[in-house]
Amino acid sequence: MESKGTGRIMEANQTQPTNQYSRKSLRRKNGRAFLTGMRDGIPIALGYFAVSFSLGIIAKKAGLTPFQGFLASLFTNASAGEYAVFYLIAANATYMEIALITLIANARYMLMSCALSQKLKSDTPTYLRMMLGCTVTDELFGISVARPGALNPFYTYGAFALASPCWAVGTALGIVAGNLLPLRAVSAFGVALYGMFIAIIVPPCRKNHVLAVLIPLCFAASYGASVLPLLSSISSGTRTIILTVAVSAAAAVFFPVNHDEEAES
Amino acid sequence: MTHSICLYLAIMAGITYAIRVLPLTLIRRQIRNRFLKSFLYYVPYVTLSVMTYPAILHATQSPLSGAAALAVGIVAAWLGASLFTVSASCCAVVLILELFL
Repeated sequence: MESKGTGRIMEANQTQPTNQYSRKSLRRKNGRAFLTGMRDGIPIALGYFAVSFSLGIIAKKAGLTPFQGFLASLFTNASAGEYAVFYLIAANATYMEIALITLIANARYMLMSCALSQKLKSDTPTYLRMMLGCTVTDELFGISVARPGALNPFYTYGAFALASPCWAVGTALGIVAGNLLPLRAVSAFGVALYGMFIAIIVPPCRKNHVLAVLIPLCFAASYGASVLPLLSSISSGTRTIILTVAVSAAAAVFFPVNHDEEAES
Repeated sequence: MTHSICLYLAIMAGITYAIRVLPLTLIRRQIRNRFLKSFLYYVPYVTLSVMTYPAILHATQSPLSGAAALAVGIVAAWLGASLFTVSASCCAVVLILELFL
């Protein structure tokens, strides 16, 4: 392990360039990360487009105009959260109820955001962190934590720049032209997002045997929770949180990660 | 009582953003606590697994094609296919299977 002092100076040079040259190379590095992010964002954008289309159909029932749907999706970027809110709007819910359901359906983003905070260099400036906050979705978080080493936020911005407009436009189009897309296409696009999850969770299992056992266990637990009498009555967002906290905590107690494993992740 | 849709949407967007941005801006350092570190290491995998299954079975018109997509996705990812390839092969399986189902 290198001494702490040198590491800090090197990091400072990377984010606060003192001369023209390093500023230029930093910009080039961020640009490259942005483009890589856009490339990895393509399947996410396609999946978003299809899923948000069906979200638009629900938004229409809630009485949203296409423009309102566009704005809602652009500024919220949450699948389950938006679904839940649109349903409640259709039922003329109170503002308090909307606030609560948003909190519950999206609380998992708080866990993801905590995990993401550990992927950033500690001297990442606040405005970059605040921008990164807009991008925390299941999928973008997934590809961001899968990056080797520290996360360059511009990578996530790149994927977001492609995926978020697709999510917003898809919602608006869903409101305009609800039932134009054939069911079979919706069905096929619908698994695109899950395919991405699989592509993130499976490869590390080849090296990490704890994960190789943990992930099938999660599948089983999640299935169990969806059919068991008490748990199945809770919303899927809340179930996700309960299971995530319980299983991750248990795994952390029984199989604490050492330094090497974490460097790999 | 009638409610304003714009206010509904503003509440939704504001709360969602706060949830996302607070941990990122407030947690500045590397966490040293071993339990917390391990916990946060497992969170992404657990949360994505929990969201994938059994939800993938309900994402398609028939649970069978969803299960097939899951199986194909796992094999493709295990063999080292890229994010896009895994995702596209899942879609392809569903598209083909649902021609018959």
